[in-house]
Amino acid sequence: MLVGQQPREFLLAVEALTVSFDGFKAVNDLSFYVDENEIRVIIGPNGAGKTTVLDLICGKTRATSGSIQFRGKELTRMKENEIVKTGVGRKFQNPSIYDDLTVFENLEISYPRGRSVFGALTFTRDAAVRDRVHEVAEMIFLQDRLNMSADLLSHGQKQWLEIGMLLIQDPDLLMLDEPVAGMSVSERAKTAELLNRIIKNRSVLVIEHDMKFVEDIAHKVTVLHQGQILSEGTMDKVKNDPKVIEVYLGH
Amino acid sequence: MTDNRFFNRSELIGILVLAVFLVVVLPLTLDVFRLNLVAKYLTYAFVALGLVICWGYGGILSLGQGVFFGLGGYCMAMFLKLEASSVENTKIQSTPGIPDFMDWNQITSLPLLWQPFHSLTFTILAIILVPGIFALIIGTAMFKRRVGGTYFAIITQAVAAILTILIVGQQGYTGGINGMTDLRTLKGWDIRPDHAKIVLYFFEVGLLLACIMIAQFVRHSKLGRILVAMREKEDRVRFSGYSVANFKIFAFCIAAVFAAIGGAMFALNVGFMSPSFVGIVPSIEMVIYTAVGGRLSILGAVYGTLLVNFAKTSLSESFPELWLFGLGGLFITVVLAFPNGLAGIWGDYVQPRIDRLISSRKPKPEGWTDNSVADGAPAE
Repeated sequence: MLVGQQPREFLLAVEALTVSFDGFKAVNDLSFYVDENEIRVIIGPNGAGKTTVLDLICGKTRATSGSIQFRGKELTRMKENEIVKTGVGRKFQNPSIYDDLTVFENLEISYPRGRSVFGALTFTRDAAVRDRVHEVAEMIFLQDRLNMSADLLSHGQKQWLEIGMLLIQDPDLLMLDEPVAGMSVSERAKTAELLNRIIKNRSVLVIEHDMKFVEDIAHKVTVLHQGQILSEGTMDKVKNDPKVIEVYLGH
Repeated sequence: MTDNRFFNRSELIGILVLAVFLVVVLPLTLDVFRLNLVAKYLTYAFVALGLVICWGYGGILSLGQGVFFGLGGYCMAMFLKLEASSVENTKIQSTPGIPDFMDWNQITSLPLLWQPFHSLTFTILAIILVPGIFALIIGTAMFKRRVGGTYFAIITQAVAAILTILIVGQQGYTGGINGMTDLRTLKGWDIRPDHAKIVLYFFEVGLLLACIMIAQFVRHSKLGRILVAMREKEDRVRFSGYSVANFKIFAFCIAAVFAAIGGAMFALNVGFMSPSFVGIVPSIEMVIYTAVGGRLSILGAVYGTLLVNFAKTSLSESFPELWLFGLGGLFITVVLAFPNGLAGIWGDYVQPRIDRLISSRKPKPEGWTDNSVADGAPAE
């Protein structure tokens, strides 16, 4: 990308986003912007609306008002599968994989081809698909497990598998909801390594509680509190913000 | 490798065994009366086959497959009834040339809806398209609104009840509770004598094997794996870029069309069609056939249907009032003890023994994998 290209285009522009559930505003007049190739981490206490923000971006929850622009396209009016096609990938908090299928098949389903009914009927597992699946499987440390039923993987491996399923989609914006939750220390380190490798040429939006992990990966941190932004900036700036210390870090 | 888009080696053997059983063994061992009974049972196997895709793979439980069985059956029966109601055959009626039940209901001319059923081509198209489009409408209305699970099952029940009431109520147009009886010829060919029954049996078996191949193709396509994935993690599939509703609609439509083919074959083989094959009870019975056979097993659907129906015939011949209790008991037993039905029993107990017998005789070939993992594993 050329530096100084203008006007300055954000990859993702969230503006005045509000969602209310029976009068309770889970996200309230929220605005933030994500640059190309940026790793943004969202932190905040429980119930701050972090997961809801991801739900709104990927279309799982419909916004009450406000706008979400991705590459200039308005996402709030699009269907979930159309949002995926514009280049947004989302990982859920609990590993969301297909237990009855093999690791290979899990990855294959996410391969971005043959997504219509007819396309899925006529889809062939050709060399391009196999190569890509093998390539991604290697990145997520599962190259030896391709023929294994996904159900037999460990919790950490399941998390990696879901990350792999997103990678194979090759999204421009990758959204991860607590990717290292429930992982062992060594798995955490491997995941950080994995994330650092896969962020090339894409932006990542991560929700995470593990502050050590956040410090390792974040370019910029957004702190949410009661559906609104409490603080935003570099990790250093946020860490020393008295408001953040009071509602979140201090505890 | 014999693996292809339709079956792997063990499935090919299974299909061949079934084909030999239906084409050679049964015709040689049964008299025409019993063979015609099997033909009647096999019409339900079409429904069970559709349910394997829709319910087993897609996780969409339809308790209203009788609707589609009935639509297919009635389309066929309308054609046959018209042919049986020639002016010559019905000259004693006050209006000759229309079906007898219309005459009894003071209808004096053939209703517009019936007119195109003079044509066999139209009838065959209608057998496929009427249920297909009806399923498309129900499926679109339900799945696009994300109605699923129990709610969907209840709605399909309601549709089955509504259609039964409609058929019974519109006696002049449908033959009412008695249905359409006295079907005689198909394009001048008498469908009632023994040799016709035999020809129809083989034709039906051919159709059933063709539908099995279609089901196999769907199961082995990526669509088959997406159905399984959807059954487990619908949201994950949706956020992987698929329109979940469209895949559900497809599974529901294919099940509907299979059921309709079965219904049409029923009208031909049995020689009548009535609302008692449309309503809630037959629809649930069809689900039981699938459950007994194993809802994930395409071939299991056929064996399950045959087994339950043989049991039904022999039990209801001796203890007619006990049969329904027996059926209910069977369903509960299968669901509690053998959730994967006959196919599960086969896969868990019989197949491993056969494998052990074979592998103890010959050394393992290269690339041999454990069967439970290899089933559905990538063909590499």
